[in-house]
Amino acid sequence: MSEEISTKETEVISEAGELTTLLQEEFPEAVSGFHAHRGDETVVIERDAFEAVCRFLRDDLRCSFEIMMDLTAVDRLEMKETPRFEMVYHFKSLTHARRLRIKVLLTEEDCKIDSIHHLWKAVDWYERECYDMFGIHFEGHPDLRRLLMYDEFEGHPLRKDYPIDKQQPLLELKEVEERHTYGRHT
Amino acid sequence: MTDMSALQSRIEGDSSGEDYSASIMSIEIGPAHPAMHGIVRFTTHLDGELIVGMDPEIGYLHRGFEKESENSKWIQVIPYTDRLNYVSPLLNNIGYSMAVEKLYGIEAPRRAEFTRVIMGEISRITDHLTCLGAVAMEIGAFTFFLWFIKAREYLWELVEEMTGARLTTNWTRFGGNAHDLPDGFLNDLADRLLKLKEVMSECDKLLTRNKIFIDRVKDVGSFSKEDALSFGFTGPLLRACGIPYDVRRSDPYSVYDELDFEIPVGSVGDCFDRFLVRMEEIRQSILIIEQAADKMPEGPFMTDERMMHYPDKKDVYGNIEGLIDHFKLVMEGHQPPAGEVYMPIEGGNGEIGLYLVSDGSGDPVRVRMRPPCFNLVAAMPAMTVGHYVADIVPIFGSVNMIGGELDR
Repeated sequence: MSEEISTKETEVISEAGELTTLLQEEFPEAVSGFHAHRGDETVVIERDAFEAVCRFLRDDLRCSFEIMMDLTAVDRLEMKETPRFEMVYHFKSLTHARRLRIKVLLTEEDCKIDSIHHLWKAVDWYERECYDMFGIHFEGHPDLRRLLMYDEFEGHPLRKDYPIDKQQPLLELKEVEERHTYGRHT
Repeated sequence: MTDMSALQSRIEGDSSGEDYSASIMSIEIGPAHPAMHGIVRFTTHLDGELIVGMDPEIGYLHRGFEKESENSKWIQVIPYTDRLNYVSPLLNNIGYSMAVEKLYGIEAPRRAEFTRVIMGEISRITDHLTCLGAVAMEIGAFTFFLWFIKAREYLWELVEEMTGARLTTNWTRFGGNAHDLPDGFLNDLADRLLKLKEVMSECDKLLTRNKIFIDRVKDVGSFSKEDALSFGFTGPLLRACGIPYDVRRSDPYSVYDELDFEIPVGSVGDCFDRFLVRMEEIRQSILIIEQAADKMPEGPFMTDERMMHYPDKKDVYGNIEGLIDHFKLVMEGHQPPAGEVYMPIEGGNGEIGLYLVSDGSGDPVRVRMRPPCFNLVAAMPAMTVGHYVADIVPIFGSVNMIGGELDR
């Protein structure tokens, strides 16, 4: 059973989709990987070409991705993979009725990426949230403030090395003898 | 609408060399203002009553949904998803479960899918009823609010009958649902839909052609198609701008491709269009529910794949596979294969997108939810600047901000 699934998946992964082929033709040096796990077409792009690829995806008539659907990051610290961060962008094209996922790998020491706020207006808040949660710096973003957390907050909560039970109250809390740990083992 | 370039130069004060900054007043609206749907703060810059600048501040309801989920087992996330959009919790349940099913590469049985469609559409209706009722109340139509909340109650009783709870539903599972249809549910459903239709026709007469109401919402908060797309609008607000994008139609999931329904669109994207689109969507949802109830197939409501749900007690005590499955599910939890998926479904406010990453170990690496109203609140400055303070109320009401999903 498990063998069947794995061979089937490998076939899907090794087959480049239409958009992947197009990106490989247009940016031969920028595409460093691709897959289509469960039918989600995914292309991994080199960081230097990222802004140009996004512009191409929005403006080229073969792509016309009008909606920048989602932007987030993945911290792969516990997966023991390098580099540590993975930027994940989801695009939706209404003209061609398809979706595309673009990924960019970022190292921990140099977690900077070009901002694409000038291409889609939605990106402004998404990048602020991502900076807030992961500490990724979006170069060229005009107003990179925290979005969900407060300004005095230290650290970036969705990084895997940020402890889940860490507290940073703005007001001094009264001493509580026993803190509930809610049955958490860590 | 005022000439924005003249306004801009007044704010900056550089074109004429005169300093108008003294006439600009900054007023905080919120965080806890009666006309704010949840906890959010708007720093507005006003010239008299005219809004010349706005900065929304969100995050007051941030509870760390993503962090908490990433420190839980896959199945433990389902109750957290109830709390995302708390006026349509079932849609979040369904979205999350379908995302995990996509990660596994399995599908729920057809009976489970039809039940999900019915419950999902009920939730969409409750979502729209709440939103429209609140908008109407805030601009003075209190009867409309009471009638709609009454109608919402009919539907929440159905939700309670099905799940045992009104809001904290925790109803879907991976590969099916927690319960099958209760006895007599479809009869109750037909009865409630009849009552809902009565309320809809009454309220339609009350408000849709009401001059006082129309004066408050028409040409308020208009938004162009280009801006709406650029801001990543989805759901009723995008459709009000005239773009017929609906995930149920464009990326059909579940059994929506077997059901017949229409996607209402507006023309200019003002608050009145949003009102009309939501009213029509309620009617379309009723049609969908009726079709799904007619087509409801017999069969199991849970997949028979192993390791997706607890095996029957007779298997746990009767054979070794059942015992091992039970033990592994309790001790290790679900272990979806390594990979990543993005699962979009149509929520009440727009596209709910679940992005999940699994490393195959049983602990989620990443649980990300794309909140539909995030982009809408982000566009609040673009929608309100040039309008008057009083217009914030219908505009923000039609945005239908839900703090639970916005701040996660």
